[in-house]
Amino acid sequence: MNIVVCVKYVPDAQSERTFNESDNTTDRVGVDGLLSELDEYAVEEALKIVEAGEGEVTVLTVGPDQAADAVKKALQMGADKGVHVNDEAIHGSDSVATSLVLAEAIKKIGDADLVLTGMASTDGTMSVVPAMLAERLGLPQVTFASELTVDGQQVTIRRDGDAASETIVASLPALVSVTDQINEPRYPSFKGIMAAKKKPVETWGLADLGVDASQVGLDAAWTKVESFTKRPPRQQGQIVTDEGDGGTKLAEFLSAQKFI
Amino acid sequence: MAEVLVLVDHANGTVRKTTAELLTIARRLGEPSAVFVGDGFDAAKETLAKYGAEKVYRVESADVTDYLVAPQAEVLAQLVEKTSPAAVLIPSNSAGKEVAARLAIKTESGLVTDAVDVQPKDGGGVLTTQSVFAGSYSVSATVTKGTPIVTVKPNSAAPEEAAGAAADEVVEVAVSDAAKTARITESKPKEATGRPELTEAAIVVSGGRGTGGDFSKVEDFADSLGAAVGASRAAVDAGWYPHTSQVGQTGKQVSPQLYVACGISGAIQHRAGMQTSKTIVAINKDEEAPIFELVDFGVVGDLFSVLPQATDAVKAARG
Repeated sequence: MNIVVCVKYVPDAQSERTFNESDNTTDRVGVDGLLSELDEYAVEEALKIVEAGEGEVTVLTVGPDQAADAVKKALQMGADKGVHVNDEAIHGSDSVATSLVLAEAIKKIGDADLVLTGMASTDGTMSVVPAMLAERLGLPQVTFASELTVDGQQVTIRRDGDAASETIVASLPALVSVTDQINEPRYPSFKGIMAAKKKPVETWGLADLGVDASQVGLDAAWTKVESFTKRPPRQQGQIVTDEGDGGTKLAEFLSAQKFI
Repeated sequence: MAEVLVLVDHANGTVRKTTAELLTIARRLGEPSAVFVGDGFDAAKETLAKYGAEKVYRVESADVTDYLVAPQAEVLAQLVEKTSPAAVLIPSNSAGKEVAARLAIKTESGLVTDAVDVQPKDGGGVLTTQSVFAGSYSVSATVTKGTPIVTVKPNSAAPEEAAGAAADEVVEVAVSDAAKTARITESKPKEATGRPELTEAAIVVSGGRGTGGDFSKVEDFADSLGAAVGASRAAVDAGWYPHTSQVGQTGKQVSPQLYVACGISGAIQHRAGMQTSKTIVAINKDEEAPIFELVDFGVVGDLFSVLPQATDAVKAARG
């Protein structure tokens, strides 16, 4: 079982995230970054599948130099090898171009039985790259898995929707995105951290993938950010301390605001 | 006037409020044409006409309903080809975003997700507004290639009635074998709570760690207001409330008229899901809780005494 896990290096949500003034792109350099938390679940699930059987986990990222940290973290958790697609022309790429680069990289890695992703990135939070990848690779798309079993040549997942809990079956190879309900990602052990230093990481440019620079980057994006504005911080309103009448005061506020 | 395709969100013909919102937005951009996939068209027709759908494209093939999102994307791609619409509007739920993603690749068109506003742009096209980075920035964007495909969040427009013809046209679609490779084999419906849907509700009352696992007072207060019930990640991770009720970055993003946070500290994870609510109220024992930085009204106190008193007062006021 060969598994490719797609991961993203994102600005830390705990820090002040912002945009580059010059081209309206997300600032990925001036902000502390890390492996998107939601991708850790995909890495963990891949490791569990391989540990229960056999195979290899390749972790794949597209991003600037710093994105190597996301690959490193996944290798420390236990992934076998890493691929980092890094090319200046990629800066400013939208989800469409990103999915193209990922798809070509997955083809070059070759023989993937399963492509795993997180449910969303914690920066863009669009949740569209998994579907775009499935479309580009012609793979069955099974998203938002809260349980996953691989059995022979098929994958079965459970998805907890608003209206129903569904069981979905697809044949391999397939693309699966997992939620944060699927497992508890491990912390890298000391042994894992040491072992990661010896694991192979390949760095590819666009030329290695046969992708033309004109197909990616800000100029090739099919959407354009016209402007961004920082929302004024919310003004703190009235705070009362409950002295036996907190509920009454709350109801009075709601009444004054015409909610009652 | 160019058509604007609106993918109808419905359950067996019961049209959800988001569709009325999308049809209202569609009228700003052109002539709304609803795309109805699945059973129950007769029940849906009246609502679609009431909110201004001039045409309805009907797709009733079982191939489309049993196989998740890929066939729906194929249907829409065929309609985009046929009608050259000014835009395609799709509800911004998880399935909607996936349909939109595939449609964007198929039709080589720009995609904007989670729009909170869509307006016609001077000189043609659309101008979208999104709320990003946990609601701390507002971003205006345009689509520069193909047909603008926009997924729109619930509560992004007040539904306005406008009579439409809702002339229906059955669309025969050829769904490729490739689109049929993932299949739903079992579906267990969830028990209905009788409360409004979380992302569509005008009022949301949420509980967190401070409930200690007892959501009864949160639910009672929600019911007195006719509100939906949400939960913080801490409460969901503890197994106190279902994940489908989670408000936050990894759960639902809500933007109601009123949001009441009970026993929730207000970590960035949670803020990402509720910061754009119009009015925010919090009850928390800890006066230092970061949630109080956001509130219009806050009560420092125990939710187990504050909520029942407030519930009684709401019931008394509503008679």
